[in-house]
Amino acid sequence: MQKHTSRILIILAGLALIVLFFQPMWRITLLAPQYPDGVHMYISIDKIGGKTPGTLQNVNILNHYIGMKPIEPDSIKELTYFPYVVAGFILLAFLTGIINWKPLYVIYLGLFSVALMLALYDFYLWEYDYGHNLAENAPMKFEGESFQPPLFGSKTLLNFVAQSYPHIGGYFIVASLLLAFAATYLHTKIIPD
Amino acid sequence: MKESIQTLAGCMLVLLFTLISCNPATNTSMTGALGGDAASAVYVQPGQHDEFYGFFSGGFSGQLSVYGLPSGRLLKVIPVFSQDPEKGYGYNEETKPLLNTTFGMIPWDDAHHPELSQTNGETDGRWIFINGNNTPRVARIDLSTFETTEIIEIPNSGGNHSSPFTTENTEYVVAGTRFSVPYPQKDVSIASYEENFKGMLSFIKVGEDGHMEIAFQVLLPAFDYDLAHSGKGKSHGWTFFTTYNTEEAHTLKEVTASQNDKDFIAAVNWKKAEEYLAQGKGKDVSAPHYVNRYDEKSHMATSTLVPTVKVLTPEECPGLVYFLPTPKSPHGVDVDPTGEWIIGNGKLSADLTVHSFTNMQKAIADEAFETTIAGVPVLEYDKVVGGVVTKPGLGPLHTEFDANGNAYTTFFISSEVVKWKLGTWEVLDRAPTYYSVGHLMIPGGDSKNPQGKYLVALNKITKDRYLPTGPEMSHSAQLYDISGDKMKLILDFPTIGEPHYAQGISADRIVSNSKKFFPIEENEHPYNALGEKQTKVERSGKTVHVYMTSIRSHFAPDNIEGIKVGDEVYVHLTNLEQDFDVPHGLAIQGARNAELLVMPGQTETMLWKPQKEGVYAFYCTDFCSALHQEMQGYIRVSSANSNTPLKWSVGEDEEL
Repeated sequence: MQKHTSRILIILAGLALIVLFFQPMWRITLLAPQYPDGVHMYISIDKIGGKTPGTLQNVNILNHYIGMKPIEPDSIKELTYFPYVVAGFILLAFLTGIINWKPLYVIYLGLFSVALMLALYDFYLWEYDYGHNLAENAPMKFEGESFQPPLFGSKTLLNFVAQSYPHIGGYFIVASLLLAFAATYLHTKIIPD
Repeated sequence: MKESIQTLAGCMLVLLFTLISCNPATNTSMTGALGGDAASAVYVQPGQHDEFYGFFSGGFSGQLSVYGLPSGRLLKVIPVFSQDPEKGYGYNEETKPLLNTTFGMIPWDDAHHPELSQTNGETDGRWIFINGNNTPRVARIDLSTFETTEIIEIPNSGGNHSSPFTTENTEYVVAGTRFSVPYPQKDVSIASYEENFKGMLSFIKVGEDGHMEIAFQVLLPAFDYDLAHSGKGKSHGWTFFTTYNTEEAHTLKEVTASQNDKDFIAAVNWKKAEEYLAQGKGKDVSAPHYVNRYDEKSHMATSTLVPTVKVLTPEECPGLVYFLPTPKSPHGVDVDPTGEWIIGNGKLSADLTVHSFTNMQKAIADEAFETTIAGVPVLEYDKVVGGVVTKPGLGPLHTEFDANGNAYTTFFISSEVVKWKLGTWEVLDRAPTYYSVGHLMIPGGDSKNPQGKYLVALNKITKDRYLPTGPEMSHSAQLYDISGDKMKLILDFPTIGEPHYAQGISADRIVSNSKKFFPIEENEHPYNALGEKQTKVERSGKTVHVYMTSIRSHFAPDNIEGIKVGDEVYVHLTNLEQDFDVPHGLAIQGARNAELLVMPGQTETMLWKPQKEGVYAFYCTDFCSALHQEMQGYIRVSSANSNTPLKWSVGEDEEL
């Protein structure tokens, strides 16, 4: 049994990523007195949406007062190739489990960790861009202020409290990472060659 | 000298007033009922919701007002039969057809009785109906939007007062004529009343989608048909209508129509009527009337002429109608939650008469008839009466019920609500009203399952209850706590128009279905613009269509040129917002019309006929955002024979 544990864990790691095709990985929530229910924006691997079909439009309306450029999912190229990247990792995880070759575990874990870091950095860059590159002719200007939403956590932006946290898909990414790590660890440390 | 006379007169008035207010009876009744906890009983904290919705008829305002109970907070005034410039209702092209009748567009009516839809005898929160008395109509308001979505005209009728009381699954709402009129309507001498005039009771079928159509009418003698309520439980299948003027008088009715010791409650067996209709006993009679329906997808109303109705005649339909003799011009007729007791509130009677449905069934089976009038058997009074509440007060008008077998009757003349026990007919409590109460309302109080707790008295006279506002002042509603043995007055609040009847329902039956906005992808308005790219201006002869959009905080287009004096300009404004509580308004200088007030996802149209050359501003009337004051535009109006090209834009002369 024990010699199959790593294979099961790495395949589970791959399966966990399938959730990303159905559930957003991140959510940004804006809270203000006039929005008692909050404005909930959800980021998936292939789209940016919200709790209601009009959420993105509502966020863009709010952002236009300070000259932030509209969030247009069609112009974010990551949303077109992220699904392929995720699909690639799922296949690689399955392949690793099938072949069950120790270096492949290490390669998978390494590639996946790097990809996650790159994705977070990419997210940061987008947030930086939205928060700093404000239109010159914005109706409301605030000298020296930027409106970059937090990468993780909570931050006050004018009348809003912006919260940025992983969503269901995000938790499955973490779970997948832990599963891949466990699979690799077991394979390298416990199972003798 | 003049001044001192005035001072003297003033002092005498003060003295008189002091005398009046020191009258012990008046004093106790004015304040005694207000315990120290009354304020907390009606206090709803800021940000908290009321427990009940109260729907109050607007009477001669033609509208329906919505209050929260117990706070008495006014939540909304829903325009129904009267134009409402605040919302553009009856002014914009979309809602004008709702007010169409065979007399043309009528901008007003006298709204009397709101009635919630019911399922299994309980209020279900789908719709509320209300009657228009003057030009007989019944309206349906959708409680997911709180907007009027249908109005049906009632032919062969004059004064639609006994309306629109529902059956227990909203199979029908009814419409009985208060004023009998010539049948068919024609030019005859008024003195030929007995020969030519008839009374008509209409049964309006309500579909699963809420759509109304007149299923049949029942032709009856030329009495005045005053109020109605349908049976429930054991009496489901019957509807009861009160009558007065069984004397069939046509002048000085306050005397001539008050002579008979007993008038009638007309009991109509509508299940029997369905059988007769199936047998083909309904006679198709020419009776043109309009059915006006508003569609939530196209955001437009259409008005359709229906040419005929089916009329049933008692002579040809035995068992369809019976008359129950009831003392002295009964006003309200109310059926208790079990369906057994039918209360005839004889407004000129000293006693309150209660008929028994079981007795009525037996009297019909035994053919205990006093006589027959126009094919309608008159049941023997002694055989149908189930009980009498002896000398409960003066001028009984209406009765509602709680869930514990108690009835509450209003007395107009003695200005009070009296609580009494069904079955034993004993008076349990009485509470004064300020002043001269008409209808009363207990949430669910005319359904199978009263929700109890509160009673609202709807008073006809206000006098000194509020700060004076000149000769005319609002009517007053009063809220009583009826959860204990004794009724406790806990709140006064002013109302809109004259609230005849009201309905109450626990908020949870409505809140979850309440819409926040209209999904823009479902907008099927023929002149919509579902994005700024679709905005345009089109001319065809002297008719111009402007496809305009609004979003915080600009219109597109906001610069329009090429409009000419004498044009008919239809400005179709689509509100592109998709967020709760972000309406945009539109007002154009000099437009002889009301504003538009467009909900998110909706399209509305203003017809504007520019009269003078110049450049006119238009703007958003509903404060929509921090940049609301900037939400404005210009329309250039050129002379009728000018060559100014048609063009439109938004932003830096950017053509759309």
